[in-house]
Amino acid sequence: MSIPVTVYTPESPLKHPARLLRDLFGDLLASRELAWRLFVRDLSAQYRQTWLGYVWAFLPPLAASATFIFLQSQGIMKITGITIPYAAFAMMGTLLWQVFVDAMQSPITAVQAAKPMLAKINFPREAILMAGLYMVVFNFLIRLVLLVVVMAVWRVEPDAGLLLFPMAMIGLLAGGFAVGMALLPVGTLYGDVGRGITIVSGFWMLLTPVVYPARTTGLAGWLATWNPASPLITTARETLSGAAFTHLPAFFGITVAALLLCFLGLLAFRLVIPILIERMGG
Amino acid sequence: MSDSEILVRVGNVSKKFCRSLKKSLWYGVQDMAREVNPFAGNAEKLKSISAFEDSLRPGEFWAVNDVSFELRRGECLGLIGRNGAGKTTLLKMLNGLIKPDHGRIEMRGRVGALIALGAGFNPILTGRENIYVNGSVLGLTKREIDAKIGEIIDFAEIGEFIDSPVQSYSSGMNVRLGFAVAVILIEPDVLFLDEVLAVGDIGFTIKCLNAVRRMAARSAVIFVSHNMQFVSSFCSRVIVMEKGKTLLDASNPADGIDRYYSMINLDRQVSGTGEAEMLHASLVVNGVEADGAEPQIPQGAQAHVLLTLRIADPQKRAHLDVYIHDEAMTAIVCLPVQDEAGEPLRIGGGQARVTVPLGSLELNAGKYSFVIAVRDATNSLSLCRLQGVLPFRIFASHSHWGKIVRPSRAQIKCP
Repeated sequence: MSIPVTVYTPESPLKHPARLLRDLFGDLLASRELAWRLFVRDLSAQYRQTWLGYVWAFLPPLAASATFIFLQSQGIMKITGITIPYAAFAMMGTLLWQVFVDAMQSPITAVQAAKPMLAKINFPREAILMAGLYMVVFNFLIRLVLLVVVMAVWRVEPDAGLLLFPMAMIGLLAGGFAVGMALLPVGTLYGDVGRGITIVSGFWMLLTPVVYPARTTGLAGWLATWNPASPLITTARETLSGAAFTHLPAFFGITVAALLLCFLGLLAFRLVIPILIERMGG
Repeated sequence: MSDSEILVRVGNVSKKFCRSLKKSLWYGVQDMAREVNPFAGNAEKLKSISAFEDSLRPGEFWAVNDVSFELRRGECLGLIGRNGAGKTTLLKMLNGLIKPDHGRIEMRGRVGALIALGAGFNPILTGRENIYVNGSVLGLTKREIDAKIGEIIDFAEIGEFIDSPVQSYSSGMNVRLGFAVAVILIEPDVLFLDEVLAVGDIGFTIKCLNAVRRMAARSAVIFVSHNMQFVSSFCSRVIVMEKGKTLLDASNPADGIDRYYSMINLDRQVSGTGEAEMLHASLVVNGVEADGAEPQIPQGAQAHVLLTLRIADPQKRAHLDVYIHDEAMTAIVCLPVQDEAGEPLRIGGGQARVTVPLGSLELNAGKYSFVIAVRDATNSLSLCRLQGVLPFRIFASHSHWGKIVRPSRAQIKCP
């Protein structure tokens, strides 16, 4: 009878890459049920205590777009060059952007919330990240309902580009998650990162064509090209609005890069989690 | 016993910690950078043990320092030591939560721990829902938990509250539920226990002890505790740790427990009006004066205490009480000092030498000290009270459940 043997040494697991990859995939598989259970636990706990319930999932992005819709409708802001009514444009933009921000915040939030467990029990830690991601997807699905309502009300009709929508969502999720994973190691130790993300994401929204269309000239044009979130947002919205695709090659490139970074992020997480547990307290 | 029965192998394991939080976080960042760098060398960690001390960064210290041992199935190892000795840190390394800075750890089989009870509990969910969450964290599937859910609810003795939110539970119910889940669901080859044996009322505690004993019989157990009675009754072996190092690896738990007691310092305290003072005290065991800072006395020895007292006021009369306290300063024996007629002894003003017979020291193995209390005969005002006097250790081959140990020789009468 062979019993599993585990060896702990000061060596970095990078010295045995094959074993590292095998352990990573093994743990990802092993943590499926736990991730689901943690997600259901967090979901029940989150909405059981509120009266409005799931409405809270889409109130924040709607509130964000309300400001801009007001400014535009009053003529304080003049945004031109869009094919669909501005209200729909802005709401779709903020709802999609919220998916990106959620995915970005999810790793740090998930690890912070699980500190007591992480410090005392050995279990497949990827489950924590996956549970966080399930929550992001769930919140997105609720917003999707609202997106459909918005599209129906303002008669926004998608064309065949709609087929690319799932891919666009993967791009947004992977992009946000990759940034979140990159910030996770330092962010777990230093609270500055978590607070910084909140401030930066507010600002980042203004630097991305969320509530205005992408420009081609000037600083905004430069940002539209070099801000990695730009192609993700514009392409996602274009799949829904039936407009022509303007940043498709960049979108594909960034999505693939993001997926690769997510994988590297998971590897790095495996490597640094013992150090985080040692230093983070709880 | 064949080699395959060795379930835990710890070889020269060390771990450093940092005292300052800010430095610790920064070192954490440095360590992480080194960990993810595929080109970083292993030079530091392969340094020989003698070069160890050089690798401490400012503010760091060795929380665990060169610990080695092996553990077989069926053995129970007690890890004892003062607070901060490194016991929990060592346990965390064995559990795979943190990495050693030096050395090698080999664990065979499934590892289970009765450490963080109720992990994953969310107060808003019901007890039943939390059982599934906790069970899932411990690595069990829904089907496995379903099979044992009835057993868990029975063991926890929570009754109908099982379907109420956990935030309405008392702290006792919380712990009972966490314990029940862990004890019923975990079937480990290596078991860690960290101070969690006594939970709930006495009935529940006995249930827990029995359940843990059953688990321990089939696995290798490492038990961290400050309760020497538990350690003595559970463990077949004891390691005493101090400041990260192994002070003693005892195959007889009594030796380890005695060493632990010798490390505790009892401070002497003086209170009272000061109108009386104790000039000298000595302990005489089996006719011989016990010398040394903390004499070791066999259980059941005959002893008496010689006291030299001085009462300042020549007109005053005083009574004397002698107490024996354990290491926690709990009074175990009270000896009201009387004269031949059975009346409280009257000690006159000036100097007096008093011999106080203690009888047979039928005390459980452990560390004890005397409290000498001199009070005014007329109004019982405390003239002088000394605590922590003449500390001594009782040595026995076994640490019993009870403060007084009096072996009883019985006879069987045939009908």
